[in-house]
Amino acid sequence: MATAHSRTAARLMLSPAVLLLLLWMIVPLGMTLYFSFLRYNLLMPGMETFVGFDNYYYFVNQPAFWSALSNTLVLVLGVLCITVIGGILLALLLDQPFWGQGIVRVLVIAPFFVMPTVSALVWKNMFMNPVNGMFAHAAKALGLQPFDFLSHAPLASIILIVAWQWLPFATLILLTALQSLDREQQEAAEMDGAGWFQRFIYLTVPHLTRSITVVILIQTIFLLSVFAEILVTTNGGPGTASTNLTYLVYAQSLLNYDVGGGSAGGIIAVILANIVAIFLMRMIGKNLEA
Amino acid sequence: MGKITLTQVRKSFGEVDVIPGIDLTIDEGEFVVFVGPSGCGKSTLLRLIAGLEDTSGGVISIDGMDATDLPPAKRRLAMVFQSYALYPHMSVRKNIAFPLKMAGMDAAEQEKRVNHAARILNLGNYLDRRPGQLSGGQRQRVAIGRAIVREPAAFLFDEPLSNLDAALRVSMRQEISELHQTLKTTMIYVTHDQVEAMTMADKIVVLNAGRIEQVGSPMELYRNPANLFVAGFIGSPKMNLIEGPEAARHNATTIGIRPEHIDIGGDGPWQGVVGLSEHLGSDTFLKVNAGPLGTLTVRASGEVDIHHGDSIRMTPQVGKLLRFGADGKALK
Ligand SMILES: Nc1ncnc2c1ncn2[C@@H]1O[C@H](COP(=O)(O)OP(=O)(O)OP(=O)(O)O)[C@@H](O)[C@H]1O
Ligand SMILES: [Mg+2]
Repeated sequence: MATAHSRTAARLMLSPAVLLLLLWMIVPLGMTLYFSFLRYNLLMPGMETFVGFDNYYYFVNQPAFWSALSNTLVLVLGVLCITVIGGILLALLLDQPFWGQGIVRVLVIAPFFVMPTVSALVWKNMFMNPVNGMFAHAAKALGLQPFDFLSHAPLASIILIVAWQWLPFATLILLTALQSLDREQQEAAEMDGAGWFQRFIYLTVPHLTRSITVVILIQTIFLLSVFAEILVTTNGGPGTASTNLTYLVYAQSLLNYDVGGGSAGGIIAVILANIVAIFLMRMIGKNLEA
Repeated sequence: MGKITLTQVRKSFGEVDVIPGIDLTIDEGEFVVFVGPSGCGKSTLLRLIAGLEDTSGGVISIDGMDATDLPPAKRRLAMVFQSYALYPHMSVRKNIAFPLKMAGMDAAEQEKRVNHAARILNLGNYLDRRPGQLSGGQRQRVAIGRAIVREPAAFLFDEPLSNLDAALRVSMRQEISELHQTLKTTMIYVTHDQVEAMTMADKIVVLNAGRIEQVGSPMELYRNPANLFVAGFIGSPKMNLIEGPEAARHNATTIGIRPEHIDIGGDGPWQGVVGLSEHLGSDTFLKVNAGPLGTLTVRASGEVDIHHGDSIRMTPQVGKLLRFGADGKALK
């Protein structure tokens, strides 16, 4: 990719794919944008009128909007914290030689293959249910009052469920990074008098930054649009305690039949996601440069 | 400071005895080179001394103190690795200062020592670069810098020059020798290149399959190899080893004569046909097919007008012929 010639060739060959992707993205985006300026109610088909920015005004000025916004951020940050820290710890553990390593590694990856709806239902009914759930049984066995996770700590419960799903992803990426850690560097540090913890701080963590960046960037994209887990567990409730932006858009368009308002919410979500992306790239994107 | 003694040191990996038992004394300030073919256990022995591998038996003592079970950091040894093992996320300055930082030295003293090392090794202009932005030779110097700032009892080098090109290897070789003369610290240097061993060492330890074949100064090993292995290993090109009736004539199973100890011309006792002649200008190396003696390598100095197919006569120089018995040991 060094000469001007090869660069032109590369662009030319990339262009069909880029064009296709652009179309793929631009059509739904254009339609959403168009709907967001209409008064479009599913109960009154064929009566759409152009209303300017009204949909945006009403979407932002409903009380649920701000709580949805903060819920979205808490959800993303919470899951990121748990998966990155938990992922590093698990990866360190799995990197040690122990008996049955292969099987344990496969087991650790397993949650990633479970569909979000299924895993959320399993968590809801088998673990967090205040009557039949495992946690309730455990609490009763210890003589404690069972805790109703999904009604008393709905957002925290959803964070837990989503983090459980994403932990394998983070672990896997961080484990491969750990395995590429140079052994001679470790030995050199050992001879230089660095203990286990110092080697971790001065060698392992810098070595992992690139992978941590990848984990954060990829996960953020998906976590901004968590939906299935909320739908099957709390339905955004109680009240709006576990409603994120995605769920609010769904509620607006399909529960309130207000497609115009929902589209406006969708556009706002896109803008917010872009702000987050720019922010992230500014902050940690330089870690990706070789 | 820097006397290392190995007593019956053994190492096995599972079933495999890599080092069956080594006794060796390395004196203070000595430049010792471990040399031997690939896989003979040079690196393993060095790593045992460094503490990066646990011994399976025997005692390693450093400056009279039993260090067999000491962790690497406590042995006051510094190691330079083949891959340099620089810390890629730190600048050169931080790399060199790392052992000092780990020792909890204060910043001013760290700065002083780093600058001192940088001056010795000509690293002044690179101190703020990352290792990735340096050439192989510069990285090597940084690795050596990181070793000297600690002022260790001894330096350990594991094939430090094998990643460098031929010209750089020669100049780094000289730099390391000069460094040894300046610092006067014990150095243990592992290589499979016998030219490095000959030029740098005060004492060469020839290893073969985990055993010491011979210990001695380069010239001792060159003049009086203790056995066939050392005879064949030390010297370039290799010594000619001749068996059969010619050896029997000298009351030996094998006789050895170095290429530079054979004179060409006159009415020498050996006769052969030149197969290949390599003209280097300063020297000419001839591969001579000498019938019952086998193929001999002969060195003629300067430009010699002998070519493929020429028939020549050769004379081994008096007193340079070495005799070996049936067990491969040198006969006196
Ligand atoms: N961790 C290990 N497990 C099992 N065998 C090993 C291990 N490390 C080394 N060996 C074996 O020990 C022997 C000596 O290895 P070592 O690395 O010391 O050789 P070396 O003399 O340094 O060779 P080279 O010149 O190629 O570096 C080899 O046969 C090698 O296969
Ligand atoms: Mg080696």
